[in-house]
Amino acid sequence: MPMPAAQIEALILAALPDAQVEIRDLAGDGDHYAAHVVASAFTGMSRVAQHKLVYTALGGRMGGELHALQLTTAVPN
Amino acid sequence: MSDVNQRIGDIVQGNGVVLFMKGTPLFPQCGFSSKAIAILEHCGAQYESVDVLQDMEIRQGIKGFSDWPTIPQLYVGGEFVGGSDIMMEMYEAGELQQLLAEKAVDPAT
Repeated sequence: MPMPAAQIEALILAALPDAQVEIRDLAGDGDHYAAHVVASAFTGMSRVAQHKLVYTALGGRMGGELHALQLTTAVPN
Repeated sequence: MSDVNQRIGDIVQGNGVVLFMKGTPLFPQCGFSSKAIAILEHCGAQYESVDVLQDMEIRQGIKGFSDWPTIPQLYVGGEFVGGSDIMMEMYEAGELQQLLAEKAVDPAT
């Protein structure tokens, strides 16, 4: 079930207001995305914890409605 | 907690390196699982795999086990490492190779 990139970005920003979110639609089908999220909230967290924070922001859509989201996370320089 | 958590716990504790995936290493049924296998192969890792498509109880249970919503999931030395994105980040940083070398002790040997 396609989900617009803007909605993914909005959900992430709602949970992580200072985040920089970059989303690419990999296949042009509104269903395969890559997201890169840079947020100060990630500071000191493991990669797993950082990714979980983003998954939580997506409110349970990951693995269901959102099947294909490649995710990379980073703390601001 | 539940039987399925016990089953999954036994699998991750009983194997040094185990990947829960969709399909098999030879025939992955999903691009993310395929990527995870490619990374493990590239590291020259000895690993076990569990095809969640053959076991609906594990397919659902594995998501709750590590509070992680997607498959594949990699466990090394009994601990959850991450999905294919984290595996790729760790591989590119050289961390995955290091982890596999340090912790991939197969209890069976």
